[in-house]
This record gives sequence, structure tokens and C-alpha cells, in this order.
Amino acid sequence: MVAEIGQFVLILALVTAFFQGTLPLVGAARGNQPMMRFASNAAFVQFAAVTGAFICLTVGYVTSDFSILNVANNSHSLKPMLYKISGVWGNHEGSLLLWSLMLAFFGFAVALFGRNLPDSLKARVLSIQGLIGVGFLMFILFTSNPFERLDPAPLDGSGLNPLLQDPGLAFHPPFLYLGYVGLSITFSFAIAALIEGKVDPAWARWVRPWTLAAWGFLTIGIALGSWWAYYELGWGGWWFWDPVENASFMPWLAATALLHSAIVVEKRDALKNWTILLAIIAFSLSLLGTFLVRSGVLNSVHAFASDPARGVFILMFLIVVVGGSLLLYGIRAPMMKGGGLFAPISREGALVLNNLLLSTATATILLGTLYPIFLDAFTGDKVSVGPPYFEATFLPLAIPLIIAMAFGPFLAWKRGDLAGVLSRLKFALLLALLLVGFIWWQQTDTPIMALVGMGLFAWLLVGSLLEWAERIKLFRGSLSSSWRRMKQLPRSAHGMTVAHIGVALVVLGVTASETWQTEHLGVMRPGEIVSVGGYDFRFDGAEAVAGPNYEAVRGTFLASTGTEKGVYLYPEQRRYTDPPMETTEAAIRPMLSADLYAVVGEADGKGGHAVRIYHKPFISWIWIGAFVMFLGGGLSLSDRRLRMGAPRRARQQAAASDLSRAKG
Amino acid sequence: MTRKKRRLYFVLAGMGILAIATALVLTSFEDGLVFFRSPSDLVEKPIPSGRNFRLGGLVEEGSVEKNGVLTRFRVTDLNMAVPVTFEGLLPDLFREGQGVVTEGALNEDGIFVATNVLAKHDENYMPPEVAEALKKSGQWNPEGSD
Repeated sequence: MVAEIGQFVLILALVTAFFQGTLPLVGAARGNQPMMRFASNAAFVQFAAVTGAFICLTVGYVTSDFSILNVANNSHSLKPMLYKISGVWGNHEGSLLLWSLMLAFFGFAVALFGRNLPDSLKARVLSIQGLIGVGFLMFILFTSNPFERLDPAPLDGSGLNPLLQDPGLAFHPPFLYLGYVGLSITFSFAIAALIEGKVDPAWARWVRPWTLAAWGFLTIGIALGSWWAYYELGWGGWWFWDPVENASFMPWLAATALLHSAIVVEKRDALKNWTILLAIIAFSLSLLGTFLVRSGVLNSVHAFASDPARGVFILMFLIVVVGGSLLLYGIRAPMMKGGGLFAPISREGALVLNNLLLSTATATILLGTLYPIFLDAFTGDKVSVGPPYFEATFLPLAIPLIIAMAFGPFLAWKRGDLAGVLSRLKFALLLALLLVGFIWWQQTDTPIMALVGMGLFAWLLVGSLLEWAERIKLFRGSLSSSWRRMKQLPRSAHGMTVAHIGVALVVLGVTASETWQTEHLGVMRPGEIVSVGGYDFRFDGAEAVAGPNYEAVRGTFLASTGTEKGVYLYPEQRRYTDPPMETTEAAIRPMLSADLYAVVGEADGKGGHAVRIYHKPFISWIWIGAFVMFLGGGLSLSDRRLRMGAPRRARQQAAASDLSRAKG
Repeated sequence: MTRKKRRLYFVLAGMGILAIATALVLTSFEDGLVFFRSPSDLVEKPIPSGRNFRLGGLVEEGSVEKNGVLTRFRVTDLNMAVPVTFEGLLPDLFREGQGVVTEGALNEDGIFVATNVLAKHDENYMPPEVAEALKKSGQWNPEGSD
């Protein structure tokens, strides 16, 4: 029954989305008020309908209704409740439904809180949002229906991949989708602006918070994903330049660029065309990312052919969205008149540099990600593009970006004074050089990239703090006047400082863990001790243990520096029964100075076990830094200037912190 | 500064960064590109020793020899086989007769020294490249690979 209701409301949602996507557009063109107002009502109905469908599918999972094909394929009656629920979006069909749900939710949010938007702009934004909804709902209904019945129903489901039975991964897709779909709103605003033929600072004030929210969610989503890879895959790596990772990283880079260019539109009324183009690109990359991951195109071109209907639909949809919006852009963009002039050395100039570097980096990653698909399609050669390519192209672009990150905020709008900024940053330069010198003195064979990375970390951290100190005139007057200034400083200024410091911390984590990681790989017998990274690891043997839906071999390690009591680590090798599959559960002791990471492998039959132990200095700072970036985004989002334009953001942020609490 | 002049500056800056990016892409593409070969492919289109590539096929029955964390085995497409060594913890689903993709390079003696072994999928999964390779060698039997 529940599946039929779900199916029915989903069709209702499609029909509503279709009218939401067409009538208000016509109404806006003709100046017909009722037709324009219809957009909001339709957005409410569409949201209610998709929510209904999502609830139906969730009920199917919670009650383990195996007469629904999707549930039978991806769930199991013995699975813990959390993973029954996360199983809803842990598969192709369900994740698309979640996508549509968020899409409808954001449309609903614009309808609800956008009362102060001009009627025609609001109608058009909601229309575009409705049209995107039509695409997704059609895709679900025609090629990926989650409510398909299975007859006869099996006694039990085939289970969820145990690798996915993990809290980190349970929340990774929803956050990523919030990010992707958040960019749909900026896309809708961009298209609506092109149709209106008008972009003004008020438009940018609307677009920026959505971009900030999307960017924040993407940041958390990507961080959760890499954290999951780090502790769940048991390879000790956290980023593999895997196509799936790139698919989420590209929209993040584009959103970062958009975030910065929207500032220029808002403050200086310049870079309008570019900002609109970026909004289109950012959402196109989100679509591309979702589809590449969900269609399986990336693993093999032949997965594409295995379900031609899906592949063709995806291609058509991408062509319509990307091609159509770029065509519209080509026709309408020349009409937009640029505003304020500025010199190359200026705040605007720095933000343009930021944009150029970020979009170039995005393009090189896009090339590396798509190349294997094209090569296979045209020559049949199977290749993969590995990390060396991405490192060699991304890092050289990231270095000037980080150098400019400390500079930019010091520069004045319109025309900046480079020499003046340099003299104000000399302290940061000095500290960076001191740190590099110290590291080099400690270890003269330090790789050059490590020195560069640590120098950039110090430069950006100190530079950001200096800029913040300068704004509140710290140590230039009394502390109380600085305090007052700090309180008066707009939240977005604090947010920028915090987010930039987050980037500095990520740079620290990446550089230090890549450079000074030590490891031990070998067979250990109970009682044996090895020393890794200044810690003595004693292996106390391994024993069989049983979990709720798996059996495991659990190893015991005691890690100590000799002076303290030491910590126990319990890595496991798990064997799940449904589906039959083995996973490696690394044992990780995260600390601010380093992570201890142990993996136990199979027995050698002579009393020993194969083990791998890592000491990874500062690696936690990668995720701490990402979280700090997210906090910075949240701070900016809470800025009163942005909130006045649209009161909805405070609520959205509360939702974000609720989610992050739930995750922790 | 006039609008035109400003535009010129930014176009130049953009072109400069694009030129740098193109240079980066061209110099690193060759190293970053990792080809896939089945054992039979390797005979037809050999890859010089020292060059990284992916070798995929089935783990030959009876070929796995373990010595501590060093494992020797053979990757076969049931026509040809290539000896492989790997030092490290094998992935959870590494089994004789199962599909496997290894990444590494041939050494001077024609032994494939793997730096990475990928077999992290479920028991019924066959890496698509491997399935393709088996089809090509005429040994594809979807039921028979247990």
C-alpha cells in the first residue's frame, strides 16, 4: 500500500512541478499577478508531495517491507535502525529521491521567506526551480523508480554494503546534496536575472547567502567523505583524487569562486556577467557530479550501456540544462552593463585573481576526471588518471591562491597599495620564513613542497590574524576600544577571517601528515614491540569477537611513549553475513599532534598477524580546518546585513548546527 | 583607468593563468595517465618496465604464496598469466579465482611489482575491466567465477 501512495504522490509532485515551471514564467512575461503568485503555492504543494513520497519510502525501509524491490535490494531486517534509515538514500533510486526532496525544500524556503523579493523575480526563480524538479522527478519515475514492487517478496533483504554502514557515511550524502541543491537556488536566481535582464547589488545580497549555505554544506559533506575514507577503508589515505571525490570537489571550487565574486557584485556592482556564469557553472558541475556518481559512468563506460535509458536521460538532461542556460547567457549577458571600475591592484583585482585560479583549477580537474570516459568512448583504451596528474596541476595553482588569500583582504576597494600591504604583512612573512628555516634546520633533507606548505600555513594563518587585528586596531588603542570595534565588526568580516584560518589549518594538516608520516608493515607476534613515530606499539594478540550482524577478529595494541600509561587500540577485521563481505576497521587514536592508526590483517598460521601501523602527524587538522571553514561560513551567514534581506537564513543555520550535532 | 584597458589587463591575466595551466596539464598528463592491461593485452601492447599501469584479471588458482606481508601470485585472463608480488595488507576480498585489479609496474625480470591491490567489492562483483578482458580472451563465464 505504502509503495502505491508513494508512487502516487510522486506523480502528483511531477505534475505540480510542471505547472510551477511553466505558468509563473508566462505570468511574469505578461505581468499577470495571479499566475505569478501561483509559483509559491505550487512550491508548497510540490514540497509536501515529495516529502510524502520520501516518508513512504522511509516507512518501507523501517518496516522492512521487502515487497518493494528497492528495500529488498538494499536493506535487511537485522540491520540497526540508523542504517535502515540511511539505507533510504544509500542507493541510486533513494538518493535521487532525497535530491528531489531537498530541491523542493529549497523552493519552498524561497517561496516562504522571499516575501520581499520583487514578484516577477520570485516567480521566475521558483519556475526555474520547478523545471529542475521536473527533470529529476521524471528521471526518478521513468528510469529509477524506488517504489517498484517485487513479487513474490523475498523472506529477507540482501542487505546494505557494510562499508556504508557507518555514521560518517550515513550523513555524508545528505550534506553533499544540501550543498549541490543549494547551488540550484543560485542557478535559478542567475537564470531569472538573465530573463529579467537585470542584476543589481540587491540580487547579489540574495545570491550570496545561498551560495554560503551551499558552500558550507559542501565543505562538511566533502570532509565527512574523506574522514570516512580515512578510517573505514583502512588504507590510511584520506583523499585519492578518485573521480567520485573530484565530482564533489569541482562544485566546491566553483562555489568558492562564486562566493567571492558575489561580494564584488554586492559591494561594487561589477563582475556581474562573470558571477552569473559562475552560478551556472557551479550548478552544472553539481548536476554532473550527481549523475556521474549515480549513473556509474565513471567506473566504466559500459555501466552506461547496461542501462541505456538512464544514460540517455542523463545526457539529455545535462545537455538541456547546461546548453540551454549557456545559450540564454550568450544571448542576454551582453545586455548587462558592468558597474564600478577598478585597478588591477585592488580588492576587486584580488578577488578576480582568486576566481581565475579557482576556475582554472576546476577546469584541470574536470579534464582529468572526464578524460578516461572520452578515451574509452573513442579509442576503447582503458585508462585512469592518477593522483600525480592532479597533484601536479592543482598544487601549483593552489600556491598563488593561498599567497593571495593573505594579501586580498588588506587591499582597498577600487585601488590598492601593494607596498603598503606588504609592509603590513611583513610580520607574517617573517614568521613564515622563521618556521621554514626552523624546519630546514631540524631536517635539511625536508622535501621542498613540505617547506612551501608549512610556509604557506604560517603566512596565511598570521596574515589572516593580522588583518583581523588591524580591523579592530588591536594594540593601537586601549583594549576596551578594540573590544568595542570587534563587536561592531560585521559578522561577515569575522567569518572571512575564520574561514581563511580554516584553510590554513587544512594546509598544515595536509603538509605535515604527507611529509612526516611513518609506518610499519609486517607480521607481528603477541608480545612483540615495534617503534613508530616515537611510540612503542606492543601487539597483544588477536581474538574472535561477535557483533550484531558480523563476526570479527580483533587485535589489541598498546601504544605508549614510555613515559605515560599508553593507550589501547583495537583494530578489527570484520566478516559480515548479509551481504557476505569483509571489511577492515582501523583503530585510530586521534590527537592534536598526531593520529595513531593501526590495522590488523590476516593470521599467518604461525601465531602472527599481518599488521600495519601509521603515525600521522597533525592529520586531524585537515578535518578540524574543514570544520573551522564551515564555522566561518556560518558566521558570515549570520551577518545582519544579509539577514535583513532574507530572514530565512537564521533558521537554516540552526538546521545546519542541529545536523552537525546529530552527526557528532 | 579606462574600461577597455582594465579589460585588457584581465584578459591578459586570464590568458597567462590558462597558459600556465595548459603547460602543467601537458607536462603531467603523461605521468598521471595509468593504462589498464589484461595479461593478454600486455603481450599485444607491451608496457616498458618501470612505467605504472593497472593489471587486471583473475587471481590464478593455486598461485598465491604468502611470506609474512609479502605475497606472490599470478594474475590471469585464462590465456596468459603475469607473476605479481605485493608487499602490504591484502584487501578483504582477495581470493584465488576472484577478479582483481593491481596497480604497479613491471620490474627488469618481468615481474609485476604491485603498489596497490584493488579488490574491495562484494563477492559477486567483477571489475568491469576484468570482465571485458575475460570476454576478449574468450573465457568469460559469469556463473563459473566463485
